[in-house]
Amino acid sequence: MVAHSAAADTALETKVLARNVNFYYGRVQALFDIGLNIPARQVTALIGPSGCGKSTFLRTLNRMNDIIDGTRLEGEIRLDGQDIYAPGTDVVALRKRVGMVFQKSNPFPKSIFDNVAYGPRVFGQRDRIRLSDIVEHSLIRAGLWEEVKDRLDHNALDLSGGQQQRLCIARALAVDPEILLMDEPASALDPRSTARIEDLIGELRDEYTIVIVTHNMQQAARVSDFTAFFYEGKLIEFGQTEQMFTKPKYKQTEDYITGRFG
Amino acid sequence: MNQPLMSDKAVCCTAKEADAMHTRKHRRWSDLIIGNGLRAGTYFIVVVIGYILLDILIKGLPAISWSFLTEAPRKGGVEGGIWPAIVGTFYLVFGTIAAALPVGMATAIYLSEYAKQGPFTRAIRVGISTLAGVPSIVFGLFGLGLFVLFFRFGASILAGSLTLACMVLPTIIVAAEEALRAVPQTLREASLALGAGKWYTIRTNVLPYALSGMVTGSILGIGRAAGETAPILLTAAAFFLPKLPSSVFDPVMALPYHLYVLATQHPAADKVQPMQYGTALVLIVLVLGVNLGAIFLRIRFRKRYKW
Repeated sequence: MVAHSAAADTALETKVLARNVNFYYGRVQALFDIGLNIPARQVTALIGPSGCGKSTFLRTLNRMNDIIDGTRLEGEIRLDGQDIYAPGTDVVALRKRVGMVFQKSNPFPKSIFDNVAYGPRVFGQRDRIRLSDIVEHSLIRAGLWEEVKDRLDHNALDLSGGQQQRLCIARALAVDPEILLMDEPASALDPRSTARIEDLIGELRDEYTIVIVTHNMQQAARVSDFTAFFYEGKLIEFGQTEQMFTKPKYKQTEDYITGRFG
Repeated sequence: MNQPLMSDKAVCCTAKEADAMHTRKHRRWSDLIIGNGLRAGTYFIVVVIGYILLDILIKGLPAISWSFLTEAPRKGGVEGGIWPAIVGTFYLVFGTIAAALPVGMATAIYLSEYAKQGPFTRAIRVGISTLAGVPSIVFGLFGLGLFVLFFRFGASILAGSLTLACMVLPTIIVAAEEALRAVPQTLREASLALGAGKWYTIRTNVLPYALSGMVTGSILGIGRAAGETAPILLTAAAFFLPKLPSSVFDPVMALPYHLYVLATQHPAADKVQPMQYGTALVLIVLVLGVNLGAIFLRIRFRKRYKW
């Protein structure tokens, strides 16, 4: 398959470049020859039916699949030109640059403050005043500050589902990443909380390169600049969201986004 | 026009209903039998345990006195108390904890967090569960061969503790691994995704939540060790010692062994019967106390972490 290069079409800077990526869980191949340029400071949505490999692809970008035994990746994934699967790559440094928000909000059973301060502490930040600054700043950017500023010492698990997910976003922002990976970040939330997350993505898009996996076509259309459609482990189509949702090049894409299968 | 059809339907329904009622009736009978059978089994166990405890309590309580608990035995155990055996049991238990807890926890952490799941770890797991099924006298012989004779520890607290430690290791490992697995995988992922290393993640986001389960499970295993006779029979226990041990290389008296000797090896079995029951009561209270402690610990910690 020819590598899709939407970024080149629109003269945008490429943040992540994937070439000929094959991925295996043991003997089962989950990704087939994926090639894709993710443009910097844009929102890229990965869509496709369950099991199509979109989450697997997302997790190759911060090497989260490494923690699963028996997985293997072929091909190359470059972040700002550097192969992140090259031998000797510092995975910790990579994950600092590539933050992640998970499908199910997963705050630590610690205080709100300690949740947000977790990342900075990992990287050696011990100064209480500096940490307070980072926590406040991150919570403000995640749109949660006003709701929690008086109870930073409360357990994060006492927050509502939507608040927990925004806390997880704040936690990811606290290490000042360049890329934010979001794996169906709103799928477990009610419509109002979902809207808040989507607004938040809109506010973060200028500063971060965001890659979001979603099952929700409307959401992809609302929040993303680019969309990649995955099907059975293959990248079928990649392009500007507007174009893909109005004039998809492939029949499969059209069928999926119009709800004929999936 | 609809009349015949309706009546037809009605007949069909009553037939079905009758059928359904029949199976319901049938089910009610089998439910009754099975339910009561299970209940009877449960009550039977309660009765047996109750009888044992009551028997020991009634016959043992008269023997309990301050001097029984604080004095050394005299005249071959016919008079005096069991203080050295209580102390000896405590020494053995603490020795077992000191030896088994670190090794057991380390193994559990390795198996749960680090080891690749494959044939090798499967073999280790099979080995561990096999170890759990080995009769305790075999551990006693193993301890005699390895610790007492080969390492020349002699019959001592050290040899006995290490032998008991080998025996309770499988229990500790299984309990600790279960506690580790109960910590949601999503927490590990969240921590790793923030750039934390593996050990940092385990230290800050797995162990704190698993520790209570690991410890309480281990205590329950060690409680069992406190009551074992066979492993210490050949490796640590002495029937009669006038003074308390002064180092880990000294043999000790221990409650289960003391009880064993009084009950089976003593020339004046009738005369020492109250002592037997007194010793049994103290031993049971001790083990029960350990287990209750573990349970309380578990309840207290469980309230703190919820997800």
